[in-house]
Amino acid sequence: MTDLVTLTIDGIELTVPKGTYVVDAAKRVNIDIPVFCHHPKMEPVGMCRMCLVEIGTPVRDRSTGEVVLNEEGAPQINFGKGLQTGCTVPVSEGMVVRTNTDVVTDARDDILEFLLTSHPLDCPICDKGGECPLQNLTMRHGPGASRMDFTNKAQLAKHYPLGQLIVLDRERCIQCARCIRFQDEIVDDPVLAFHNRGRYLQIVTNSEPGFDSIFSGNTTDICPVGALTTTDFRFAARPWEMTPVASICTHCPVGCNTTLSTRPEAAAGGRTVIKRVMPRQNEMVNEIWMCDKGRFVHHYADAPDRLTQPLVRKNGELVESSWDEALELVARRLQEHKDSVAGLSGDRLSNEDMFLFQRLFREGLDSPNIDQAQARLGGGDVVAQVGLSHGSNLAGLGKGDAILVVASDMHQEAPVWWLRVKQAIDRGAQLVLLNARPTRLDKFATHILPYAPGGAVEQTHRLLNAARVALDGEEADPLQAASVTLVQARHLVAFYGGEGLTLDQTEALARVLANLLLLKNDEGVNHAGRANNGLVAIWPHNNTQGAWDMGIRPDAGPGYQPLDEPGMDAAQIYDAVSSGNLRALYVMGADPIGDELMADRGQLDFLVVQELFLTATAREADVVLPARSWAEREGTFTTGERRVQRFYPAIPVVGESLSDWQILARLGEQLGLGKPPYAAGLVFRDIAQAVPQYEGMSFRELARVEEQWPRVGDDDLYYGGTSYDNKSGIGLQWPSAADNTDASVEMYELTPPAGAPAAGTPEPPGESLMAIPITVLYRSGTLIDHSKVLSTRIIPPSLLLHPADAARYDVQHGDMVTVEVAGRSVRLAAYLDADNGVRELALLRGALLPPGVAIAPLQIVDVEKQAAPVEVQTVPG
Amino acid sequence: MAHILLRHREIDELHKLDVYTDHGGYEGLKICLQNHTPEAVIELVKTANIRGRGGAGFPAGIKWSFIPKDAEQTYVVINADESETGTFKDRELLEGNPHQVIEGALIAAYAVRAQLIYCYFRGEFMDSAYNFEQALKDAYANNLVGENILGSDFTCHFYSSYGAGAYICGEETALLASLAGDIGQPWSKPPFPAQAGLYGKPTVVNNVETLANVPPVIVNGAEWYLEIGTGDSPGPKIVCLSGHVKRPGNYEVPMGITYRELIFGEEYGGGILGDKGFKALLPSGGSGPVVTENALDAPLTFDGLKPFDSLMGSASCIVMDEDTDMVWATLKMIKFFEHESCGKCTPCREGTFWLERVLEDVYRGRGTQKDIALLENVAKNMQGRCLCALGEFATSPILSTLIHFLDEYKAKVTVAPSTNGADGSTRQREAAPVA
Amino acid sequence: MGRLRQKHSDIIDGVLARYPEKKSAILALMHLAQEEYGYMNQEAMQDVADILGVDSTHVLSLAGFYSLYYEQPVGKYVLEICTDLACALRGADEFAETACRKLGIEMDGTTEDGLFTVKGVMCLAACDRAPMLQCNLKYVEDLDEAKFDALIERLRQEAASGEEEPSVVHRILAYAKD
Ligand SMILES: Cc1cc2nc3c(=O)[nH]c(=O)nc-3n(C[C@H](O)[C@H](O)[C@H](O)COP(=O)(O)O)c2cc1C
Ligand code: SF4
Ligand code: FES
Repeated sequence: MTDLVTLTIDGIELTVPKGTYVVDAAKRVNIDIPVFCHHPKMEPVGMCRMCLVEIGTPVRDRSTGEVVLNEEGAPQINFGKGLQTGCTVPVSEGMVVRTNTDVVTDARDDILEFLLTSHPLDCPICDKGGECPLQNLTMRHGPGASRMDFTNKAQLAKHYPLGQLIVLDRERCIQCARCIRFQDEIVDDPVLAFHNRGRYLQIVTNSEPGFDSIFSGNTTDICPVGALTTTDFRFAARPWEMTPVASICTHCPVGCNTTLSTRPEAAAGGRTVIKRVMPRQNEMVNEIWMCDKGRFVHHYADAPDRLTQPLVRKNGELVESSWDEALELVARRLQEHKDSVAGLSGDRLSNEDMFLFQRLFREGLDSPNIDQAQARLGGGDVVAQVGLSHGSNLAGLGKGDAILVVASDMHQEAPVWWLRVKQAIDRGAQLVLLNARPTRLDKFATHILPYAPGGAVEQTHRLLNAARVALDGEEADPLQAASVTLVQARHLVAFYGGEGLTLDQTEALARVLANLLLLKNDEGVNHAGRANNGLVAIWPHNNTQGAWDMGIRPDAGPGYQPLDEPGMDAAQIYDAVSSGNLRALYVMGADPIGDELMADRGQLDFLVVQELFLTATAREADVVLPARSWAEREGTFTTGERRVQRFYPAIPVVGESLSDWQILARLGEQLGLGKPPYAAGLVFRDIAQAVPQYEGMSFRELARVEEQWPRVGDDDLYYGGTSYDNKSGIGLQWPSAADNTDASVEMYELTPPAGAPAAGTPEPPGESLMAIPITVLYRSGTLIDHSKVLSTRIIPPSLLLHPADAARYDVQHGDMVTVEVAGRSVRLAAYLDADNGVRELALLRGALLPPGVAIAPLQIVDVEKQAAPVEVQTVPG
Repeated sequence: MAHILLRHREIDELHKLDVYTDHGGYEGLKICLQNHTPEAVIELVKTANIRGRGGAGFPAGIKWSFIPKDAEQTYVVINADESETGTFKDRELLEGNPHQVIEGALIAAYAVRAQLIYCYFRGEFMDSAYNFEQALKDAYANNLVGENILGSDFTCHFYSSYGAGAYICGEETALLASLAGDIGQPWSKPPFPAQAGLYGKPTVVNNVETLANVPPVIVNGAEWYLEIGTGDSPGPKIVCLSGHVKRPGNYEVPMGITYRELIFGEEYGGGILGDKGFKALLPSGGSGPVVTENALDAPLTFDGLKPFDSLMGSASCIVMDEDTDMVWATLKMIKFFEHESCGKCTPCREGTFWLERVLEDVYRGRGTQKDIALLENVAKNMQGRCLCALGEFATSPILSTLIHFLDEYKAKVTVAPSTNGADGSTRQREAAPVA
Repeated sequence: MGRLRQKHSDIIDGVLARYPEKKSAILALMHLAQEEYGYMNQEAMQDVADILGVDSTHVLSLAGFYSLYYEQPVGKYVLEICTDLACALRGADEFAETACRKLGIEMDGTTEDGLFTVKGVMCLAACDRAPMLQCNLKYVEDLDEAKFDALIERLRQEAASGEEEPSVVHRILAYAKD
């Protein structure tokens, strides 16, 4: 129990937790104390002085400590000499705060006048105009005219790019340091700072590349004026012209809640387009933050080369056709190949799409051959057993709790989870890290247990064994120390990824972790089935979880119901394509040829691709069906925390494209599955019936909201920033098996790995290095490649080497090297990094190994020297 | 008078360890280690009422007593940032009598159980700090600093650290921020350094001169100390006398002598340069309000100038003769604060800049009557609103000269309306302008 | 390894050893870097940042905040003349003007031969010895025209002979070595 304190603000008595600051307490009872520098998510600094209020405390008798009463019998209050900043003063028992007296109003007037002496007052052309705290407060408190000599106003750079994504207007900046503090405190990229001092204080960055942070966009939301803008939104629209539409980001498993601001655009021929993407508050998912990929990638929706019409191959050429013709053809050909057909789906599609996809195959075509086109991570069944428990919120982790992360670079794979894990550590949670290489989490870890590349399962197994021993009271080696931290933790959340692991290995890894979570500690409690405990897979996308839930897999149907006769999995499908054992293939939202999972269409008789763009696979297809982007339709996605969330249509349909589920429904009709459902919500109703985990959910339930703290999006934008409050749904998390019936979840039978490589540096592999592909946020992909802003940030295929290894091969930073790895020859830019490189290990960024290979020896066969080192973009970290 | 602090003026080469020990040096430390508990040392310093010489006069013993006894790590930091206009006493002490400062700091560290002392010098003192660094080195060599000092179980390390040019780093929290390797911006108190100072740990920050007072108190006792000076301003004080006096320099005096004696006394300033008339005194460098002739008989004590709405502060007395242009002098001071404002808080950042611009106009004859009112109004709007005292300091030269030398301002402004567009109107709710 | 590390490893280690937290050494390292590179240029900032493992933005921030770090090239000798009130009452402004005139430069300017930069600075705690200046951090007090001429002459000769006294920064930070 936190201690509570009762105080009075403007005559209203309220009780809040000890440690609450006066401005936050006031906000709880709807009293606005204006702030600029204060932000409820950051430590107070008390520098803008806007929040000055009268604060009094009860007078206490020195000898007795009793509160002294006045004549009326009320406590005598001492208001001290002057005003105090409400943002830095924590509440105390019996405190009396006055926020609306003349002295307070005078102070606000004066502080505003001081701020405005430097401010350009260019509201009519300012991007923040209309949603600007400074503007609003000036209307309320500001002077009518300037007493400052106009010629003494600041004349500073109005277009100062801090990097490729963010521009600073130096005149507008009011030096509140929110951006600096966000970068430092919240995301640990301290790449912004004050330069100079006094009136000449300026925001600067000296990082390379500029404003080197994958979270930079958030600073534009919390900047209380129009000083920080994104390069793509700067001067692009006025806030009041735009319509906000709730949406969900699909680009990583976090599933950040977003708002798409849309507006009809002359340049787009009057079409309504997305002008910007901003976070929408969901304190359980992304709070009020999001990463830059999610913020800027939306431009693909507007890309000029979107598919607008069905295409059908005629005389070797893909030519435009009608839907009727295309669908009739697809239905007929699939039917023909009924016995030899397979379906591959991407993992960014909605639950409705995937549900109908599997139904089309299983019921329409009687084919069990479906899978995710690029399943990189296994363990979905395990997650369904002991996944992060119902009611969890990473914000609830702190002192006494532990977090385990295995085989993942969370910063790049799930940025906002990384951010939230980091905050948990700041609050006192302990982190245990198992990885083959350093990542951005290392500096926050209590225990780091490195393993040789490929050794994740073995190392985790060792940790589990150590935990069993540790329970007997031993604490001898680092493994045991780490395991004690984990097993004795009040709450334990275990995250795992698949770096350097094959699909099978990740499945095994998930089982080992499940057993660790199920291990009972001294008090007889384990880490499953209670809020803030459980397993989380760091899936590639939001909606990989949905793919598991909907049964996009050969061996189980929707809701994890095992099938008696499993079909072909993706690897088998790819084999069958090239060997001629498969006649027809349906690819939805994936590009296996572009991703080098499949060399070409092989011996296929019929290939149909459902896509946004003419991908490498689509180019080889017989029929290409144009799908709508997420912004043109509605549906649901399920996050890696198994939260089902709803997204809404924001912009008009591009061309004749249809929602994926609509296409599948119409095909289904032709294959005898009945009339197409009328709306996505009705498909979801079917899902809620077919998938036990989704029982009771509906579009309406998913749209439910509840009041969240801190309150953002109110009129007083100065408080939380301009990110949107949530009016459209916070989603529902489905319970894992452990949540329902703790007792029934049993430990997995594990086969202990034999003769596993020991922790530490691997054996020098002689003339070759070992190579593993690593995931970077800005990796090339169908969508990001079509995003005009972010395409500049995409990391080209590169080879990250430790300088010591590079020296052995006479490779320098920026050289182009040709390597042979897993039977392929690949050209890569060399990137040398002592901090992030590992001796004897070559990290492949933006380059993949063939399916089924997670780690392979790599030979450097050629080095092209660059006269001057080429620009090799950094990955922050 | 024999000196208590500026002893190097009598004793040649006092900065050398053997000379210092020959003259009773480190006796105070030995007494503490052998005879006193840390609590007893604090009690003694409290009784002697050694008040801070950095300007605020806060009793050192009380400050030390705020340090939690059970803190794992505590620090003592010597404030050797001395950057106040007209202040140059600490520099002389550090050059001439460094061991006394070191000894005082060690005693403070013993009293608050600190294992580490830093002396934070302003960067410009690197040239003045040789004697201090050498003294510290000698002290280390003789086990006066370091592990198990003089065979006791008191271990304390001691290093110098250098700033790089910023007056604000004399403010204790800004100093600690700078010492931690950040820009020297102060933080909003609480937390006070004694709660969470350097690296977030309880920290004592004391002025150089304050600490130099400590060893003699330990050796001679509180009673002896209380005999010097006045009731609530006991002990000796070094006064920095500068400006239009015949003999500028540091003078160590028992507190309580009058400002007149200081300026005109033969032992001290010896009168106004060129035997001109006296016009004004800045008793506390640039940061205290100016006083005039009628205040000269006030005693030099922490509160002696209260009746004249001024204060002793660090006792940097800048004397100005009858020919001094007070608007010019005020502009000099405002330029100082405008240059030194750290920029962290709004009223100081914008206010100092604004004041400087308007005052420059007035001084150059471009100002109007309204500008005078504006100056007063802007200064008052800063008062009570700033994050640290620098912003407050900046208002005192303006407001005090407006009171004492308004006619000089008026003589500089034109009655014609401003040509530069400034609207100098005072807001409605303000009292009538001074004019 | 940066130039600073290569040349002053012992001083750097000594300075680092003074603090429980590395970052505290930054001001000293920046003084050292400024001696090495002449002013806080990009290389100097990066060098310091690399030693401490901080982003160079932090070094830039400090270079801008503290007045003793120069962000633009300066002369071999930087003459910082105190022109603050206490000194100005004793003729510091006039002295500064004279100094500039004699060197043929404006305030904050650098002589063509790159030898001298003159800056007007705030109080240097030597008000009783006005007019005064700091030349590469060394105090030169009780100045008048003749003394100033002598100083300039001596510095010119020193520069010509190539025999220089150790810098204040190196001398004082060398104490950190032991
Ligand atoms: C703007 C400003 C500048 C200051 N400069 C100094 C200084 O140079 N030296 C100093 O000892 N105290 C200075 N102080 C006072 C310190 O904050 C602090 O009160 C003092 O170091 C405490 O030491 P004492 O109690 O021994 O006086 C300054 C305060 C402010 C607000
Ligand atoms: S840019 Fe914005 S957030 Fe940053 S200090 Fe300026 S006003 Fe504050
Ligand atoms: S000072 Fe309190 S909000 Fe800025």
